[in-house]
Amino acid sequence: MQAFLAWIEERIPMMRVANMHAIQYPAPKNMNFWYVFGFLATVVLVNQIVTGIWLTMNFNPTAEGAFASVEYIMREIDYGWIIRYMHSTGASAFFIVVYLHMFRGMIYGSYQKPRELLWIFGMLIYLALMAEAFMGYVLPWGQMSYWGAQVIVSLFSAIPVIGPDLVQWIQGDYVISGATLNRFFALHVIALPLVIVILVFLHIIALHEVGSNNPDGVAIKHKKGSLSEDEKTKFEIHEYYTSKYDIADDVLPFFPHIVLKDLVAFCIFLAGFTYIMFFAPEMGGKFLEHPNFEIANPLKTPEHIFPVWYFTPFYAILKAVPDKLFGVIAMFGAIIFLFLLPWFDRGTVKSWRYRSGLHKTNLIVFAIVFVFLGYLGGTPQENWKITASQILTVMYFGFFILLFIYSKNETTKPVPARIPK
Amino acid sequence: MRKLICILALLLPGFAFAAGGNVHLDKANYDLSDKASLQRGAKIFMNYCLGCHGQQYQRYQRTFNDLGIPEDLAQENLQFTGEKISDYITRSMPAESAAVWFGAAPPDLTLVARVRGADWIYTYLRSFYVDESRPFGVNNTVFPEVGMPHVLQPLQGTPRMTEEEALVDGEKVMRHVGIKTDGDGSMTTAEYDQAVLDLVNYLEYTGEPFRLESESIGKWVLVFILVLFVFVYLLKKEYWRDVH
Amino acid sequence: MSNVSVDAKESALSDDKPQDNPRRRFLTVATCVVGGVGAAGAAVPFVASWNPSAKAKAAGADVEVDISAIEPGQLIRVMWRSKPVWIVRRTPEILAELGNHEDQLRDPNSENEQQPAFAKNQYRSLKEEYLILVGICTHLGCSPQHMKDGAFEEYVEGVPDGFFCPCHGSKFDMAGRVFENVPAPLNLVVPPYQFVDENTVIIGSEAEVA
Repeated sequence: MQAFLAWIEERIPMMRVANMHAIQYPAPKNMNFWYVFGFLATVVLVNQIVTGIWLTMNFNPTAEGAFASVEYIMREIDYGWIIRYMHSTGASAFFIVVYLHMFRGMIYGSYQKPRELLWIFGMLIYLALMAEAFMGYVLPWGQMSYWGAQVIVSLFSAIPVIGPDLVQWIQGDYVISGATLNRFFALHVIALPLVIVILVFLHIIALHEVGSNNPDGVAIKHKKGSLSEDEKTKFEIHEYYTSKYDIADDVLPFFPHIVLKDLVAFCIFLAGFTYIMFFAPEMGGKFLEHPNFEIANPLKTPEHIFPVWYFTPFYAILKAVPDKLFGVIAMFGAIIFLFLLPWFDRGTVKSWRYRSGLHKTNLIVFAIVFVFLGYLGGTPQENWKITASQILTVMYFGFFILLFIYSKNETTKPVPARIPK
Repeated sequence: MRKLICILALLLPGFAFAAGGNVHLDKANYDLSDKASLQRGAKIFMNYCLGCHGQQYQRYQRTFNDLGIPEDLAQENLQFTGEKISDYITRSMPAESAAVWFGAAPPDLTLVARVRGADWIYTYLRSFYVDESRPFGVNNTVFPEVGMPHVLQPLQGTPRMTEEEALVDGEKVMRHVGIKTDGDGSMTTAEYDQAVLDLVNYLEYTGEPFRLESESIGKWVLVFILVLFVFVYLLKKEYWRDVH
Repeated sequence: MSNVSVDAKESALSDDKPQDNPRRRFLTVATCVVGGVGAAGAAVPFVASWNPSAKAKAAGADVEVDISAIEPGQLIRVMWRSKPVWIVRRTPEILAELGNHEDQLRDPNSENEQQPAFAKNQYRSLKEEYLILVGICTHLGCSPQHMKDGAFEEYVEGVPDGFFCPCHGSKFDMAGRVFENVPAPLNLVVPPYQFVDENTVIIGSEAEVA
């Protein structure tokens, strides 16, 4: 067995790569539950790909056959309903996990130098994920698939000069039709998944290059030669890291310690996931919207059109601005501002544990604003809601502006040199 | 941290307001495990609804098997136009004719329970009332100006709206109070309510035929995950004893 | 001082290996076993989803055929599971001739499993009069032609009726048995079937034995 592994290793560095990235990678000791969401996101990604492949085996990507083929999978393929619900629950689970993952990055300053590119890759994954989810939702060709696509694609007509032609080009037709469904199918099944997988790979490489952050925002890699033998880690860490830095006794090897911690989180996540899957896959119409169980009818507009819950905060921002073009600009601007977070934050203290009360409040308010915007974007319009979304939109952008202002000369607590016991 | 979770948790009840709608809906207490009810509901559907509405995503054979009806009995009592048992439940009326006669083709009802919900259907079928101004002579409080005739009228009896005078915004209007039948139906009010409930039960079944199986499997899956969690947790604790 | 740290280093790692720690080993093995059971369970829907669906089963369902109108010597063709199935009403002359050319057949006694048990006889059928075969040549899948009223003589001397496959020249007799010195290796397949009554045969399943 050893000889076989050595033969392989000589020709492709399987064990070296495994050791460097999955076994002897140094992870901070104090990583708390906020740190499981990256692992869970990868799990959900694998789930989406595997169940997605299986769905593609029986899905019919034509306007005439799509809706019926989904019901065919649910009723006539053995356990097809399990595979379909794994995929639909997984889509929502992906965003729950990703939003929590992003929030972790915000509260611990994981986007600050030298992790700006890591944050950018993450945001690119988020963007690709949103496109992927949007196109995936069109495929069942229900009322919400059709009309949601209608609304979102028609937004592009707001772009001056090229707008209307662009919409026709995206649709492949004068209206949303089978042509649109066909191309969304191709993009959803292969193009974007490839992009996402590559981006995730780059995201992890970027992470391992600079090392993981931790809830105290304290460095675990120190200048070579600056630590005594006592202070260095007793665990076996790969020489890719130990040759460049002194690794303090604040780390654990990724395997088995972090892997086991992640597996515990995985069990808890799985319990929630399977509960929803088997007992409440629709989640009251939030994960699978009720109108989508009716086949798409271009002649009948549903009473209320909302996107699925994970888009609703941005949808609220879009609707808050009375002008169509500026609404689109505001919506995309909301995402662009997130991209630029590393540059809005001019501070150098990473974790909110050591930052001012103002910063903590700013972050918590941002989270509440985001959730509330989601509520407003996903429920029927009422007068008070329009005003509320306008105020909340201002508050959303206000988070970044405020951060830019106070982060330069913020009152922070002294950050310890080593992870506190 | 705890503060954040508390605040976010307090926001959740806000989602309850998402429902909207302004008609009060009666609660339909259907029971998917009540096979007798499902069989009665299937009978009503085949006899009264299938003429106009299909259930094109559901097959006869599966329905009979799930409902516990022997296939020969089912073909005698529930299949009237010579379909094969493996066929889909398609309506007898051609779509183009339907569009001409009713204005819009009567929708397929396989998934209606997932689109409208059981309470809506239950209330709707019990909310028809005589309205001479409508093409079929009936209107509906749950679905105003509906294009559907009151197919179940032979069972319910002629339903009439009782009204009373009321002041709304300073104006005298006739407000709908309730629906009472002339008593000329083959069922009493209680029997009719039960029949509609059976039909709703059947429609809930066709919307998601594997629901009971799903909850049964789900129970075992959760038990398994609990067992796995115990082992994974103990294993994690064991290895983390090294960590101070 | 340094001695303590070396001991600390050793003790931190001494419990490391499952082999040295029975509790650790038990937990690791147990967790892997439970996890493995979970993985197997999770695989079930994916594997099961490849089974023929209700649609496939419906399309592949038994076919009921009314044979009352078939003239003696005539062949009718029906589709079963997307395959052509022949029903031939054999005349007494054809039946009598079947025993005469057995020395020219590759598998005269149907030793190979190309037919249900009820067809493992000279006539390869339930009733002598009716021959029911899957009309696909056992060589490479073409559909042979029915040569009747003596047309088969030019292919096999002394045998007036038979099946000739135009693709590569394989020959079969009126019981579907393959001749020697042709590319086809096996007799034509007899599908499972049963007679409901004198005039109706169901292709696709055998009668249940009481």
